[in-house]
Amino acid sequence: MRFDPVLAEIRFGCGLSPFVPAPESVEALLAGLTAPDVVAERFPVETFEAFLPRVREVGRLRQIRRANRGTAEDDDAREAIQRLNQAARVESFKWMAAHIARRVETTAPLRERMAFFWADHFTATGKDSVLRRASSPYLESAIRPNMTGTFEDLLFEAVTHPLMVHYLDQAFSMGPNSQRAKVKKGRGLNENLAREVLELHTLGVDGPYTQTDVTELAELFTGLTHNFQKQGRAFNPNLSEPGTQTILGKTYGPDGAMRDIRRVLRDLARHPATARHIARKLAVHFVSDTPDPALVDDLTAVYRDTGGELMPLYRALLTHPASWDTDQPNVKQPFDFVTSALRALAVPPEVYLPLPERRFRVLFERPMVGMGHVWDKPDGPDGLPEEDSAWITPQGLAARLQWSMIVPQQLVPDLPDPRDFVRQALGRRATATLEFAAAAAESRADGIGIVLASPAFQRM
Amino acid sequence: MSLSRRAFLTQTGLIGCSLAASPLVTPVSFAATPGENRLIVIILRGGMDGMGVVTPYGDPNYAALRGALPFDGPQGAIDLDGFFALHPALAPLMPMWQAGQLAFAHAVSTPYRDKRSHFDGQDILEAGISDLSQGLSRDGWLNRMLQHYPGVTTETAYAVGRDALMVLNGAAPVLRWSPNADLALSPQALRLAEIVMAEDPAMAAALAKAYDLADSDGDPIAVEGGMDEMMAMVRQDMKGAAQGRTETRVAKFVADRLSAEARVAAFSLNGWDTHNGQARSLPRALGRLAQTLLALQADMAPGVWDRTAIVAMTEFGRTARMNGTKGTDHGTGGAMLMAGGAIRGGRVFTDWPGLSEADLFDRRDLMPTSDVRRYAGWLMPGLFGLSHGMVEGAVFPGVDLGADPGLLA
Repeated sequence: MRFDPVLAEIRFGCGLSPFVPAPESVEALLAGLTAPDVVAERFPVETFEAFLPRVREVGRLRQIRRANRGTAEDDDAREAIQRLNQAARVESFKWMAAHIARRVETTAPLRERMAFFWADHFTATGKDSVLRRASSPYLESAIRPNMTGTFEDLLFEAVTHPLMVHYLDQAFSMGPNSQRAKVKKGRGLNENLAREVLELHTLGVDGPYTQTDVTELAELFTGLTHNFQKQGRAFNPNLSEPGTQTILGKTYGPDGAMRDIRRVLRDLARHPATARHIARKLAVHFVSDTPDPALVDDLTAVYRDTGGELMPLYRALLTHPASWDTDQPNVKQPFDFVTSALRALAVPPEVYLPLPERRFRVLFERPMVGMGHVWDKPDGPDGLPEEDSAWITPQGLAARLQWSMIVPQQLVPDLPDPRDFVRQALGRRATATLEFAAAAAESRADGIGIVLASPAFQRM
Repeated sequence: MSLSRRAFLTQTGLIGCSLAASPLVTPVSFAATPGENRLIVIILRGGMDGMGVVTPYGDPNYAALRGALPFDGPQGAIDLDGFFALHPALAPLMPMWQAGQLAFAHAVSTPYRDKRSHFDGQDILEAGISDLSQGLSRDGWLNRMLQHYPGVTTETAYAVGRDALMVLNGAAPVLRWSPNADLALSPQALRLAEIVMAEDPAMAAALAKAYDLADSDGDPIAVEGGMDEMMAMVRQDMKGAAQGRTETRVAKFVADRLSAEARVAAFSLNGWDTHNGQARSLPRALGRLAQTLLALQADMAPGVWDRTAIVAMTEFGRTARMNGTKGTDHGTGGAMLMAGGAIRGGRVFTDWPGLSEADLFDRRDLMPTSDVRRYAGWLMPGLFGLSHGMVEGAVFPGVDLGADPGLLA
């Protein structure tokens, strides 16, 4: 198989739209990644830099609380923190709506898909107060602008990002022989970030590393912390383990601080195991749970030959014949499904962007929980499952079916004729059975619902 | 060598299995109760105030921390054993206590210390691991137990509710269903969905199971009234879910499944984070817990309750003293609840640490003297025939089960 515009838009894009033409070529899809980011301007999501003052304000109020326990100032500050939390929560659903609008409106659909792919690969979220709402700002600042250079640059941006440092408990990890450990008895190393970097971000779970590598990397990472009161990123030498560390046989340090962290991440990014891990993950995410081994081999080779240049890697993915196999297509993840449905129905952004929080959540966020994706609350640093079996569950499928039947009509008062919609949403992929079912439904809402819930629309 | 936590657990699991099969090891009595016992795990999210629920009024230092405990009137505490008293909101459970089917473990906690974060505390509770310094395991302890459950099938275990319930994440099959994620469709839409799904075996199977479950959980899935009625039903379900009034439906669903083929279920109850005005908020949460347990008991088929052990556990206890807003803040040691006909109850299991300033953890929290994993772990050999080695090596890696507290009837 080769490039096909309909499959390209469904598998590598955001789904067919009656208004946005499907990409005409691999070049057109790739060009979207580096074109001016029109939808990001039209549907803004707060950057992490713009988000930081929210964190600072909570920090300031917490200081007031600590200094005034049990007084009226304490109460006022507590209520002010609650208001900040609430405001950030309300905003976080505005950002979710903006992500939806980007997918529905974009003429550069691969960018939206890649942003979510990498944000999931580098899953990070906050663990308390307003930081719980920082995932979208992190995506906007650390992931989205860094998807077209090299993997090592993206890796560095994500791993050293203050939200990642916070999420994976790096902030207070201290070397056993660091200055701080001499004062703070009983505190010490935290291996969480180091382990996830090796297991999830670079080499992969079957990669050639040992517990010693994890510990040494954790020691090398000591000092990497965050300072939300300033610019966010921070290195504190008092936490840093002195001496050298050896990771995968290579020695780093002494006292290289952030330069050593950059070096080790660069070396990990260029490791052959990382090449294979990233190649395989791309193939699994975009093509099939069981991709053709030749596809993984060829992507691995491109990654290795270019030292992890991402654009050639994407090009290799899009031009490989096995990427266009339709034998074992993936199931759309809940956000892919919901947004591709809105795109197929051409729901105008004016319909869902201004919705009040409660209504927006009833229509989008709560149903997605039923489908298995809790927005902004990943189960763990491994992010969303890739395997279809995690999504095609009784509960997940029931939620998709129910959403398909009732939500479109809440958004589009005059739904299209299901007999036209089935062709428009699926092109030649509509089966005879589905065309029959769409025509046999007793209401437009049921007919549209059957099309959206159908295997042909659910798979990509 | 690659060092994955998953691989590690699998390996230790395999060792556990082969040991159990070895003729040199005393065989565990798998056959004694072949597949008839049940286990329900309830995660109490928010940090339940163990001292407020099972109050150590007999400790000489208790009154200095929280004031004298009132025993008179409808709001009075209920004496359990001359040392501990039960919160009045759990009064509906007293018949269960008197029947020896309700027990508590006190001054217990997970191994989590110091930072007192809900997020980390719940992760450790559900992962069943000792600390987070090596990151989080990807699976939960209840799933790891299932991997050693003899003859596990896709019907054995249920995660119930919209909660992610990490405690059941892992390689063993688990069905997830929320009675509030109901289906409400026109009869024709239901049929058409079946027809189109038939073209995709995986989706067809999931749909058939969804219809089966949705039809068995209290209300029919076929709606004759059209779109408005459908939307109203869905909205009602969502509202119920948001307001936490789902517990009796969840309990009924769990009771039904355990009365059929299922043997293990988990769900969660929220509302335990009582920082303010605990006199109002704690009774609400306890009332829901009591109603849940009573509904489980009432809705089970005859004989099932006698084969059931329920364990309710929380991420941490709360501060020994009340705070400035008549609530309690995040603490360490607390209490866990065990119930069911399979439990040898009417007792509070504890190695009581005392409440003097020096006895408290960090001079602020109840000192934990035992691990919640010990109690959950000791249920497994008796209920499901797991060996101690499996529990200590695979289900709760690194836990020391210690002496048998004799939890089962």
